[in-house]
Amino acid sequence: MITVWATVLVASLGCYGLKLAGVSLPESVLNHPRVQRTAGLLPVAMLTALVVTDLFDANGRYTADWPTLAGIGAGAIALRFGRSPVVVFLLAIAATAVVRLVS
Amino acid sequence: MGLGAIFAIGLPALPRNVLLVSTATTSSSRTAAAAIGPAPFAARAAITRAAAGIGLYAGAFGITFGALAARSGLSLTQAVALSAVMYTGASQFALVGVLAAGGSHLAGLSAALLLGLRNAFYGVPVTRILRPRGLRRMWTAHFVVDESTAMAVAQPAPRAGRYAFWATGLTLYALWTLGTLAGTLIGSGIDTSALGLDAAAPAIFLALLWPQLSRERARAVALGAAVVVLGLIPLAPAGLPIIAAAAVAIFAGLLPARRRHETEGQ
Repeated sequence: MITVWATVLVASLGCYGLKLAGVSLPESVLNHPRVQRTAGLLPVAMLTALVVTDLFDANGRYTADWPTLAGIGAGAIALRFGRSPVVVFLLAIAATAVVRLVS
Repeated sequence: MGLGAIFAIGLPALPRNVLLVSTATTSSSRTAAAAIGPAPFAARAAITRAAAGIGLYAGAFGITFGALAARSGLSLTQAVALSAVMYTGASQFALVGVLAAGGSHLAGLSAALLLGLRNAFYGVPVTRILRPRGLRRMWTAHFVVDESTAMAVAQPAPRAGRYAFWATGLTLYALWTLGTLAGTLIGSGIDTSALGLDAAAPAIFLALLWPQLSRERARAVALGAAVVVLGLIPLAPAGLPIIAAAAVAIFAGLLPARRRHETEGQ
């Protein structure tokens, strides 16, 4: 329990520290082209990794949950048509729930 | 029926152009400045509606997080503390996900921090628009997340940008934390998978990722990250594949720009 609390607090304060660093560091550092490029690409890599692990990782084994995949597919189609994240979110969970109900 | 009603509110509530100016806009300070210039004018009411729409999904997303946290053995206080103090969804899901999968605390901590690193870079456009000074910096920093940054840089004027940042950041914070509390309380009581809520996290991550894929290099990074993660799933301990994906971004970021306009013309 103690270690869980320690991890929760260290991770929380660390994440806050990163936010604070962002609004405190001199612009010259964060304006460096390579820092800028990496900054723009980090969320791309991390978000992709999160989507992939959410969909295909079950404790170190490959998995494929068809209702979830159908929901994300529906979300992707909504994105293709320029829908906002709220619509994508609602469509994805609704499609997942419906496919799970009928399958 | 409830979902239908939410849907009906959700559709007009979020003008596409308000949100789809993605997190990608933060990739360059020049880009951020450009987004402040020619972006379509969004009135205060439109910003408020968009913020309410974001709050809506934050609440549902928070319930999902709370339920997941409860199931991975976190107490109510720990789950709510994560949402209230850490307040950055992807990091929270990563930390709880690694712990739930039996990964080490260090792996969970590293994944959370690496995912939180992007918030540091969001600080650049946010600082330009809000110009926080002194103690205000410490208060402002807490609300720098994907959505508040995207909303702020999407506004045509700094004044509207400031309003968008706070409207989004505070609404999101309140509903995310309340959602987490509700999710922790009802976590074992309702079947979140029957409601399709297990699709919530990947759907939102995909929605935040999508607009960024218009850049060629970003598409390559996404592909590379997906390949690396898929390859590492059976080999590496939980959390490590996500960390390895960051290496793809750092490697690609250190490569020189192939063409001038790729970095400057976005």
